Amino acid sequence: MSKFLIRRIIFGILTLFLVSIVVFAATQALPGNAARAILGRSATPERVAALTAQLHLNQSVASQYGHWLGGVLSGNLGISAATQQSVAHLIAGRLANSAFLVLVAAIVALPLSIGLGVWMAVKRDRPADHVLSMTTLVLAALPEFVIGIVLVVLLATNVAHVFPAVSLVPPGEHAWDEPSVVVLPAATLVIAVTPYISRIMRASMVEVLESDYVTMARLKGLSNRVVIWRHAVPNAIVPAIQVSALQLAYMAGGVVVIEFVFSYPGMGAQLVDSVANRDVPVVQALTIIIAAVYVILNLLADLATILVTPRLRTAGR
Amino acid sequence: MTTSTEPGPPASTGAVQVRNLRIELVRDGTDVVDGIVIDVVAGEVLGLVGESGSGKTTVGMALMGYTRPGGHVVGGDVLIDGHDVRKMALGELRRLRGGTVAYIPQDPGTALNPALRIGRQLSEMLEAHMGSTGEQERDARVREALEEVALPATDDFLKRYSHQLSGGQQQRVAIAMAFACRPHVIVCDEPTTGLDVTTQARVLQTIRELCQDHQVAALYVSHDLAVVAELADKVAVMYAGRIVERGPREVMFSQPRHPYTRRLLRAVPDLEGKRPIEGIPGHAPLPGHRPQGCFFEPRCLHAVARCRETFPEAVQYEPGHWVCCYRADDTPKDGPVLASGRGEAPASSGEVVLSAEKLDARYLRRQTLFDINLAVARNECLALVGESGSGKTTLARCISGLHHTYTGTVKLGEAALAQRARQRSAEARQRIQYIFQNPYASLNPRRTIGQTIARQLALFDPGSGRDRGARVEQCLERVALSARAADRYPDQLSGGERQRVAIARALAAEPWVLVCDEITSALDVSVQAAIVELLAELRKQTGLSILFITHNLALIRTIADRVSVMTGGRIVETGRINEVFEAPKADYTRQLLANTPTIEAALGHNGHGA
Ligand SMILES: Nc1ncnc2c1ncn2[C@@H]1O[C@H](COP(=O)(O)OP(=O)(O)OP(=O)(O)O)[C@@H](O)[C@H]1O
Ligand code: SF4
Ligand SMILES: [Mg+2]
Repeated sequence: MSKFLIRRIIFGILTLFLVSIVVFAATQALPGNAARAILGRSATPERVAALTAQLHLNQSVASQYGHWLGGVLSGNLGISAATQQSVAHLIAGRLANSAFLVLVAAIVALPLSIGLGVWMAVKRDRPADHVLSMTTLVLAALPEFVIGIVLVVLLATNVAHVFPAVSLVPPGEHAWDEPSVVVLPAATLVIAVTPYISRIMRASMVEVLESDYVTMARLKGLSNRVVIWRHAVPNAIVPAIQVSALQLAYMAGGVVVIEFVFSYPGMGAQLVDSVANRDVPVVQALTIIIAAVYVILNLLADLATILVTPRLRTAGR
Repeated sequence: MTTSTEPGPPASTGAVQVRNLRIELVRDGTDVVDGIVIDVVAGEVLGLVGESGSGKTTVGMALMGYTRPGGHVVGGDVLIDGHDVRKMALGELRRLRGGTVAYIPQDPGTALNPALRIGRQLSEMLEAHMGSTGEQERDARVREALEEVALPATDDFLKRYSHQLSGGQQQRVAIAMAFACRPHVIVCDEPTTGLDVTTQARVLQTIRELCQDHQVAALYVSHDLAVVAELADKVAVMYAGRIVERGPREVMFSQPRHPYTRRLLRAVPDLEGKRPIEGIPGHAPLPGHRPQGCFFEPRCLHAVARCRETFPEAVQYEPGHWVCCYRADDTPKDGPVLASGRGEAPASSGEVVLSAEKLDARYLRRQTLFDINLAVARNECLALVGESGSGKTTLARCISGLHHTYTGTVKLGEAALAQRARQRSAEARQRIQYIFQNPYASLNPRRTIGQTIARQLALFDPGSGRDRGARVEQCLERVALSARAADRYPDQLSGGERQRVAIARALAAEPWVLVCDEITSALDVSVQAAIVELLAELRKQTGLSILFITHNLALIRTIADRVSVMTGGRIVETGRINEVFEAPKADYTRQLLANTPTIEAALGHNGHGA
């Protein structure tokens, strides 16, 4: 088991390394002189030269990459080209806001989708199952900006003005200081990921409910609740865990669109701004962070899978 | 002889009374079982025998008021201690299941929950049925239950998961679980399938003792008549969803009246080798495909016109002996079940075609075979017997070149073979053919039977191109399959037919030696007997040699010339078959022989004529 984990960790690190190369190469490929692009046409040659030096643009690509990677590894994400602030300082608050949004969404979405999946499986082929299956299928097909807009129309404007349509957070404050701004973006995320997780949960639960050990549990005279939650769910949850990790990772990236729809001050909005500004160090930092979240979530999913699967947990003992 | 549809009103003393039970599929109303009648009283064991798919599990679960999803009870009564299970509310049913009637599953490997510790699975049973007891009391009871089935009642054991137990231990955990709440009735669904004879003997002993000690009424489901003969007081024979004959054990084995029961008895391998085994051609019809009239009619040698019209009603011939057959009274004898000697085996020439010398094999770092020496002569059948884990399959794989980390020599005739099949000569690969235990896994599901065999023909006889269709047909004919089978896919065939195809494919290579690895262990006795007959016939016709690997000692008595007994990766005894069976030299062989259940031994060597 530990061997397996170590292998996954090494694999994760390797993935991140490759991602860093791709990210670096991609941002390098932006056309034109980055320094001039940032400073605009009217900039003096001296200023362009100074910025070029600051961005190490006059060195070879390999050494630029080495420089950048060394910085990232030592926690130094560089200086924002657009604002001349440290990148870390610039994105820390945004990151915290995004993390808060994803966390709220996850806390709601995970139990909700597991519960829905179980319920659909238990009610298999009855009307409730059919209705839910259709609904989740339709929701899964909708792009999240559509969900966001529908929510805004329903809950923030004409129909019922309950929540703010735009998630404005005064500078220097955090999203959790003003919880109402999180509701709609979080709800959008929940609606976007719940269908996937609940459908996977339903499918694996249906299979488990037909297994010999569930039949046996019923023949032991256990209550329905015990049969489902003690005997079936722990065996059915593994595929759901894997999908949840993918979905959470997806949230970390997909949050970009949603933040944009709600003008939520998270890293998604920051990413959009920075790409527009050609702020290469910030774009690089954000992408690598998103990739890291991806890798870490998948590692956590592997760990959780091992924890709920005795066969894996006790292997090699 | 008394004629009546069914026995009178249920007496209240019986622990289990089933009357005219009918279970249908919800989907289309086809009956899975119908007209089921069962009586078992406390302390008694009823053996329920039948081929795969005959409805044994369906009946067993019905005693607990349970039908698998997709099926439902539509008629009849199921009385447990006089209470009608069909009228019970959900809460009552829950108390019944596990409390009054307990179930020992067909395959404990899949019936134990992989995510829960053994201790938890045992104690939750007590929590559900002895709610008011304290935790300490429950813990004590769990340990007691484990001790009753001779398992260690240690904390370490209780903390294990089912995958950390051996098959025998899993089965005993399931038995401990079943007896934990002191049920009045117990349903054992083939609890010893897949267990070694030694383990099986111990498990049967445990069940027998527990039933006697606690005055439990038991329904023992099995396809193995020998086991039933040892354990049961009464026997009911099921065929295609009906009980076709039932009665006291002695009567059922000494005066079986239904043609199916008789044929079934003749298909059981005889440890004493006094009679050949005979298969029943054809197979049992599944729900929805049952003929009009008597369901056994297509396979019955005694059928008359009215057998094709209506299903015969149960008629009582001896006290408690009920038979559903128009000719139960006057069935012409099929010939004596106990023949005076076994069929003539072709004499082998003594010329060795396949041999292994000083074979040591290992898996990774573990040595699994030690100093194996064996030789198969032309036209000889050498049996290799051993329990699971004894190294039988490893040996077969070394011989066939599928396992290559071994030292020592495998020879085909005089020529020593390379370790890997790939490096062996085409001739060597052709002359040794390996047949797997599971025919389903070894046949390509996307090729028709004809394509599978044609491929094999092309491989070893490239010149046969033009008349290949005819050759395929010939190959199928040799294993008694019709030419129509050529267009079928493996999943359209029964298990027995698939195994015939595997044999036909092997024969297409015109081998000298067939290595048959447990090829009948997944099949019903009647089908197993037919395959064994086929192999004997092929041997007679073609001068084939066979290395027949099995855990079933009784099976080889009638087919093998010599036997090698294996345990722990070593051959402990080799000899002529009669000598080994009558005067075994190794302790291990003696132990195997003693643990193998037989009808003859169970009935006190009275024999049973038909
Ligand atoms: N709920 C159900 N839905 C669909 N088919 C069913 C159902 N219950 C039973 N059957 C069918 O009825 C037949 C009898 O099944 P059952 O499991 O009782 O046989 P069995 O005698 O126990 O066989 P085996 O020896 O293989 O365990 C099978 O063909 C099975 O597929
Ligand atoms: S009723 Fe007829 S077909 Fe059926 S078993 Fe008896 S003789 Fe054979
Ligand atoms: Mg069964």
